[in-house]
Amino acid sequence: MTVLPLSRPVRRPGRVDRLAMLGGALIVLVALSAVLAPWLAPYEENTPDPLHSLDPPSGAHWFGTDLAGRDVLTQILYGGRTSLTIVVAVLTVSSVIGVTLGVVAGYAGGPVRDVIMRITDVFLAFPALLLSLALAVVLGPSVTTAIVAIAATWWPWYARLAASVAASVATRPYVDAARCLGVPAPLVVLRHVLPNSLTPVLVQVSLDAGGVILTAAALSYLGLGAREPVAEWGLMVQQGQTYFTTNWWVVTFPGLAILVTAFAFNLLGEGLRAALDPRRVIK
Amino acid sequence: MPRYVARRLGQAFLVVAGVVVLTFVVTRLLPGDPAVAFAGPKATPQQLAEARARFGLDDPLPVQLWNYVRDLLTGDWGTSLRTRRPVLSDLYLAFPASLELVGSALLLAVLAGIPAGVLAARHRTRLPDFGVRVGGMLAVSVPVFWLALALQTVFAGNLDWFPVAGEYDTALDTTSPLTLWTNITLVDALITGNWPILTSTLRHLVLPAIVVAAYPTGVIAQMTRAALIEEAGQDHIRLERALGFGETSILVRFALRPALNPLLSLIALVFAYAIVNGFLVEAVFNWPGLGRYAVDAISYSDVPAIAGVALLVALVYVLANLVVDLLQGVVDPRARQR
Repeated sequence: MTVLPLSRPVRRPGRVDRLAMLGGALIVLVALSAVLAPWLAPYEENTPDPLHSLDPPSGAHWFGTDLAGRDVLTQILYGGRTSLTIVVAVLTVSSVIGVTLGVVAGYAGGPVRDVIMRITDVFLAFPALLLSLALAVVLGPSVTTAIVAIAATWWPWYARLAASVAASVATRPYVDAARCLGVPAPLVVLRHVLPNSLTPVLVQVSLDAGGVILTAAALSYLGLGAREPVAEWGLMVQQGQTYFTTNWWVVTFPGLAILVTAFAFNLLGEGLRAALDPRRVIK
Repeated sequence: MPRYVARRLGQAFLVVAGVVVLTFVVTRLLPGDPAVAFAGPKATPQQLAEARARFGLDDPLPVQLWNYVRDLLTGDWGTSLRTRRPVLSDLYLAFPASLELVGSALLLAVLAGIPAGVLAARHRTRLPDFGVRVGGMLAVSVPVFWLALALQTVFAGNLDWFPVAGEYDTALDTTSPLTLWTNITLVDALITGNWPILTSTLRHLVLPAIVVAAYPTGVIAQMTRAALIEEAGQDHIRLERALGFGETSILVRFALRPALNPLLSLIALVFAYAIVNGFLVEAVFNWPGLGRYAVDAISYSDVPAIAGVALLVALVYVLANLVVDLLQGVVDPRARQR
């Protein structure tokens, strides 16, 4: 027994491993196919063809057709646009809200921090899917509703993370120096605390993209997110589930699209975290 | 320790109060006048006014909030618009079924996830590690409703190995009726020795439990692997290796123990997530739990029912976190400092 497999340093800091690269490549692929959907798609978006209802996969329709006779591959390509729009919007909105509140809480400390943290606790305790359900009932189901609903339950994570990072940044000498020079507090936060608190939040954002994809798909599956005529993967699964036993392709391919996209984001996020987190590199 | 417990209880109370206020605000925002829903479409203006007075809808908002809190505390969680029964008694019937499903799934996740994590850490950077990493990542990335549909179609529909839906074969209610103690069918069947219902429930449980377990299994495997690899760099591991312990027994006997504490809080977090994730699975498998209740409530815009489910799940979340924090406070004195 000469090998010491557990204590062997495996990864140098800052190097992203192969799985993460695979994730990155897949995301580029998904993003490109979504952006280029109008050119890549073999058919027009949302063109029902009653003569070709529920056609199995063939040369003309690689992924088959759905009940209305729409080409499943075309709908999946356009559906990618919906999913990626939701991901970008949710992560932007929730990280802006979360980081703003979190940095203020972390820098100010004391009662301000306590109040903000208790608010995040409440939103964390309230189940994300149920808040989304309630909001979808209030606002009516649509892509925008899904974005608002998911963002409303997502920001507390960033607020907590940013608060703990900002609290430690606030004790650094350069922050003290700025304060002693008479720089006003808002400027100290903006110029010194905020930029130095961003990295962990950005890593978390990349880790969360997969979760947002899954939540958005689940909302659409329940009829609370995207509606016709918007192409969306979760919605496609919901519409196809009745014919799943006899026409496997109507559910299988949209589901695979969700799986592959979430998988790719998770691989990349995990790789980024491992590359940026010095603790994960074995001593 | 008493100060830690008091502080932690205080925090939990504040969070619950906040959740109640949030539920109140969300339900007041919801469209659809509960008075109209209650009185029916043919109600006269006078009946409507009576209904409004009955629900206190004319009172100022703070008074309504106060009444809401008072009703909640006295066990009046409103009446479901769909089932026409008190929400609390509906929840009382549905929650045990969800607990049964999520509990079995978490047990499955721990039994599969921890060994998978150990296996990956033991064979770091080699094939088993790669398999566990990719498998774990797939398990957390798969859309649950899709996995549920796929397993249902293949293993219940095509292969006919397992029942398609439901909690147990309802025909058994007449041949061997179940005596209810806890409302958790598995437990009740076990206590009363009702084997037909027990085996039927187990057979119905397999597919939904596997689907609900997918996400926790992936997370637990990843977490165990990471914790073990980090622990493996510690000095005590070198000593144990020098003492002649094998690699696997070092991992299981010495490296796993420090990893159990964070694992415990992870499981509490995953528990709440699994309940909500279970909603979609319950809808697919027609499992008579909170999820199916909530999903049915959506299509009826059954606001009191949705609010009740939200409140209950939030309470469970707060309680699970509280229990874990207190346990950690007992196990690890450092935790009390936070």
